[in-house]
Amino acid sequence: MTRYIIQRLVYMIITMFLIATFTFFLMKLLPGTPLSAADKLSEEQRQVVLEKYGLDEPVPVQYFNYMVNLTQGDLGISFQFDNREVTTIIMERIGPSMTLGIQAMVIGTILGMLLGLVSAIYHNGFLDYGSTFIAVIGKSIPSFVFAGMLQYFVGVKLGWFPVALWEGWEYTVLPTVALAIFPIAIAARFMRTEMLEVMGSDYITTAKAKGVNKFGVVFKHGLRNALIPLITVLGPLAIGLMTGTLVIENIFAVPGIGEQFVKAINTNDFPIIMGTTLLIAFLFIFIILVIDLLYGVIDPRIRLAEGE
Amino acid sequence: MDKHNPSKDLFVPVDRAGEDSEKISRPSLSFWQDSFIRLRKNVGAMIGLFVLLFIGFMAIFGPYMNEYDEFGQDLSRAKMPPKVEGLGWLGMDGTLTSVQTAATVEEAQEKALMRFNNQEEFITTTVLTEGGNGQEAEVEAVYDVYGAKNLEENFWFGTDGLGRDLWTRTWMGTRISLYIALLAAAIDMVIGVAYGGISAYYGGRVDNIMQRIIEVLVGIPNLVVVILMILILEPGILSITIALTITGWISMARIIRGQVLKLKNQEFVLASKTLGAQDNRVLRKHLVPNVLGLIIINTMFTIPSAIFFEAFLSFIGLGLPTPIASLGTLIDDGFMSLQIYPHILLFPAIIISLVMIAFNILADGLRDAFDPKMRE
Repeated sequence: MTRYIIQRLVYMIITMFLIATFTFFLMKLLPGTPLSAADKLSEEQRQVVLEKYGLDEPVPVQYFNYMVNLTQGDLGISFQFDNREVTTIIMERIGPSMTLGIQAMVIGTILGMLLGLVSAIYHNGFLDYGSTFIAVIGKSIPSFVFAGMLQYFVGVKLGWFPVALWEGWEYTVLPTVALAIFPIAIAARFMRTEMLEVMGSDYITTAKAKGVNKFGVVFKHGLRNALIPLITVLGPLAIGLMTGTLVIENIFAVPGIGEQFVKAINTNDFPIIMGTTLLIAFLFIFIILVIDLLYGVIDPRIRLAEGE
Repeated sequence: MDKHNPSKDLFVPVDRAGEDSEKISRPSLSFWQDSFIRLRKNVGAMIGLFVLLFIGFMAIFGPYMNEYDEFGQDLSRAKMPPKVEGLGWLGMDGTLTSVQTAATVEEAQEKALMRFNNQEEFITTTVLTEGGNGQEAEVEAVYDVYGAKNLEENFWFGTDGLGRDLWTRTWMGTRISLYIALLAAAIDMVIGVAYGGISAYYGGRVDNIMQRIIEVLVGIPNLVVVILMILILEPGILSITIALTITGWISMARIIRGQVLKLKNQEFVLASKTLGAQDNRVLRKHLVPNVLGLIIINTMFTIPSAIFFEAFLSFIGLGLPTPIASLGTLIDDGFMSLQIYPHILLFPAIIISLVMIAFNILADGLRDAFDPKMRE
């Protein structure tokens, strides 16, 4: 197990290094510098600005500096906001993104599991078709379309929750719901399939035969075994949510990473684009790693297979 | 009686009826016929198929059904609500509705008139609540925009902020989105099948190297790759397609590799090789037909995700450049005036949802049809 973890960590570092290098040189290929809009500067002033951003050095030196700074968590200075460090900007904005992501993930998985469970218990019944329908819709309709519907009907027409901004708990409701529909759909589908398979297995028949009541069969014998494979979908779910937040934050004007990222794209703020890209990449890889390890911890069969 | 010479009357004719049980009573079906019969029984999948055929038809011919063109701007007819003769009951009657609240009925009415530029003769107001006793009065105003602007012709889906006809733009956008998605899926399929097939069929060192490359590529999140590629390539139909395919083929390659690895050691492949078949023939006649079902299913799931990504890119400011319409850019535009003119968002949002749902249902149906074992 330890060897496996170390191996995975090494892979992770290599991938991050490759992504950082890749992003750096891509950014160098892009047109535009912090000076693009300022033609009237004198030669000395230009020099001062370039020096401030470290752009007066040759590209290999810039690359070396960037990498050294990166290992110390320093992502450089924003082009757009004078003298503001990218790391500080990201730290300020990570809160709302995390709140939304975690709320949607927790609510979405729990609701989805319940839906899937109901589906499996009432297999081929009315409730089953209903929840399967919800799952197909939730998986298919893009989160931004759903966000628009929520904003218009729940926000504008009914006026139950604020349509945008970020000033308290009630402001998180609509974006969370818009984000949660995807995990609900995925978890429900997956749970239904797993649960049906588990409920058909011999130990469930045994449990029923020895007279365990329906509640006990479903929750104690069925659910616990169906839960293990659910961990495998948590990774893709988390990644789907991260993609979703990029858009949802813009629609609901949430001051998070996603909103900053889109702003940076529209203003060619390369240090912020690079910083956010690296953060997203890191989270992606980290989540996959954690879930792979978690799976090994929970299901001993996998641990054994790795050991061989 | 000589027991070695049994008499003739001991022999009875065999009852021939029993042989019928060996007869094949139904016509034998090929794999494709069988799958198609199963697919046809799946109501959801068939509805999905017809919805897609309809949307595909409209994407090709829809823009030519009225006289407006995709880019024709006319600010005098900007933000017209949709109007279709005979569909007034669906809300497509060319009117805008606004509910105003104020202390008294008169004030609310005045506010409602102000809201629609005081075009009194085209505004009908209804009092919802009289107000008084600390309650506010509510007045609903319905404004006949087509009458006020003295327009004879109808805009079926309304117009956008620059007065461009949304019917034409929506179907042109559907066309562009489908085009990008189909192209990306086709490229993914070709690269993925070739890569996975070669990797698995030749095995050994080739397989080893090709799999290490895939492992590195899988570690890089495709969201990041797509965004970076678009930043460099400048948004456009081709660059978005390329960005989508850069990492898109990997899942196809992995699935194909797994399947071919399983198939290539089976007896029928061995038999074919023993009979002297060349690699080329084994691949064409034995392996490809056996993975074709998987290829189709996987491609069907790739298309909706490509449509999603195209729309997603529009949202984060990396979509197609402005005059070009795609479902993504149209929806992005629609959000700007969602509160007052929801129709701008409505139609492209409905179409993108229908397309995504239809593709997903059809893909599910195909998966069940091709592989009944995988049925839940």
